Amino acid sequence: MITLSPQDFSAIVLSLKVATSATLLALPFGFGVAYLLAIKKIRGKVFIEGIVNLPLVLPPVVIGYLLMLLLGKSGFIGSFLDKIGITLMFSLKGAVIASTVVGFPLLVRSIRTGLEAIDLNYLSVARTLGAGWFDTVWSIMIPLSARAILAGMTLMFARSLGEFGATIILAGNIPGITQTIPLAIFQYTSMPGGDSMALGLCVVSIILSYLVLMTGELVSRYLARG
Amino acid sequence: MLLKVDVTKRFPGFVSQVRFATNTIRSGLFGPSGSGKSTLMHMIAGLLKPDTGRITLHDRVLFDSDQSVNFAPEDRRIGLVFQHAHLFPHMNVEKNLHYGYRRTKSGRNDLNPQQICHNLQLDELLKRNVTSLSGGERQRVALGRTLLSNPSLVLMDEPLSGLDDQLRYQIIPYLQRVTSEYSIPLLYISHNVDEMRMMAEDVFMMGDNGSIIAQIEPDELARGSKETQQRGYLNMIHLTEPSVSGMLVTYQWGASELILVNRGQPSSGLFGLSSRDILVFKAFPEAGSPRNILSFTVGEIRQTEWMVQVELLINSHRLIAEIVPQSLDELGLVSGMTVYGAIKASAFRKLY
Repeated sequence: MITLSPQDFSAIVLSLKVATSATLLALPFGFGVAYLLAIKKIRGKVFIEGIVNLPLVLPPVVIGYLLMLLLGKSGFIGSFLDKIGITLMFSLKGAVIASTVVGFPLLVRSIRTGLEAIDLNYLSVARTLGAGWFDTVWSIMIPLSARAILAGMTLMFARSLGEFGATIILAGNIPGITQTIPLAIFQYTSMPGGDSMALGLCVVSIILSYLVLMTGELVSRYLARG
Repeated sequence: MLLKVDVTKRFPGFVSQVRFATNTIRSGLFGPSGSGKSTLMHMIAGLLKPDTGRITLHDRVLFDSDQSVNFAPEDRRIGLVFQHAHLFPHMNVEKNLHYGYRRTKSGRNDLNPQQICHNLQLDELLKRNVTSLSGGERQRVALGRTLLSNPSLVLMDEPLSGLDDQLRYQIIPYLQRVTSEYSIPLLYISHNVDEMRMMAEDVFMMGDNGSIIAQIEPDELARGSKETQQRGYLNMIHLTEPSVSGMLVTYQWGASELILVNRGQPSSGLFGLSSRDILVFKAFPEAGSPRNILSFTVGEIRQTEWMVQVELLINSHRLIAEIVPQSLDELGLVSGMTVYGAIKASAFRKLY
């Protein structure tokens, strides 16, 4: 029988908070970047694409370290944030940023695929029928790419649930503050007698990930039926 | 001036330089594929910015490179109907129809959705999913959607080219009816002579070089100038009051009568007749199989590359017969002469 401690429950709640926040935070930016790459005729697309996809191929620890250099108190952005009283290092915000950066390419790739599948004539027709740009995005582009957006969000959410390398560098592993499920499992496996507790969280992790994927699939099927 | 266009757009290896002005409510733009018709349409609608030039509609400047005026498509209110209907697949027919209607400024739209739906026979389709519609139904919905957005001009870019002849001729009366009923100016783009003849009152011809090379009447287009390199039915005639008699149907053609083969469910409408299906006789042919022998006055005689086109006038109507030059010489045809034209009952084709 698997039993969960209050620390485990705290890790589960924190994981869900981080994954939800990272997904919602990344969504508008992800849609914007996907729009640029899929629809707009701009120069240097390959260059932008390379930067967006870099977190996919870089070791998460490297991403975490680079984020620490950038967002730490003496970092380029961190020093500015520090002056206005915002600290990202070793905080839940840091964990959200780490998950956002790591999961961002998955979101963008998925939305981009959906946008590329839209016949651009739909957008032209909408404009000539009186819809402005934002109206066209809201009434045509988003509904027509809804399944791709949902797939991207699902992937990003699931990836954020499992994020470890970048988070531990940027946010640390502080129980109740930044300790998510993977970090808690890591802690349990490195302490004597922690195997059963690690196994308990592994089962929770499997169930959560499965639920996320199944929910995504079911909603996607619902959208496909219209 | 209704529509005035003087624009230039450069592409790698192609320059579209178009200059024309029209005051006609139904104008046509005729040209071969790749002549820049669609590019021009996109520039007029505001979907493509010309490099230089000026576009005005009802004396309102839509684009002027010198004055840096370039209205967005949604502010131009120029409706588009494409070859493919491009109905929004996530909306049913009713929502598609109301998309533009809801976005017109209040008080500006004096069009009645119910009336348009009725005219286009869309009442039964309103709750249908657009993916379940036939090609003809889709184009009717696309037309209704465009009209309901209260456009100041409708651009139709080969709207019927994806349909077979039967469907095409079914839809043309709808197009004619709604554009004339609501007095909405139309620029009809096509490379089909028959469509152009039925839809346009004057035709601008585009050459391969992306510019307007001539402005001609639709009938002239059908008579096959070198530029068109294709022809439609030279004779399109409205026949009314069908009266069935066995395998034949007698129609009224103005003050005259024409006998056609009964192909089932005869009704008034537009019929096509090939100019090569009219036989010309100097004297009344005593015995022969053609069911229609009419007395005509010879009008204009025009020599084309291979054939001679003879205008045959009867009452206020006109037919064009094509004969070989040898026949012209042997018959000694001159303008004003009385001749007889024989037409087989099976030579007519119902267009709509």
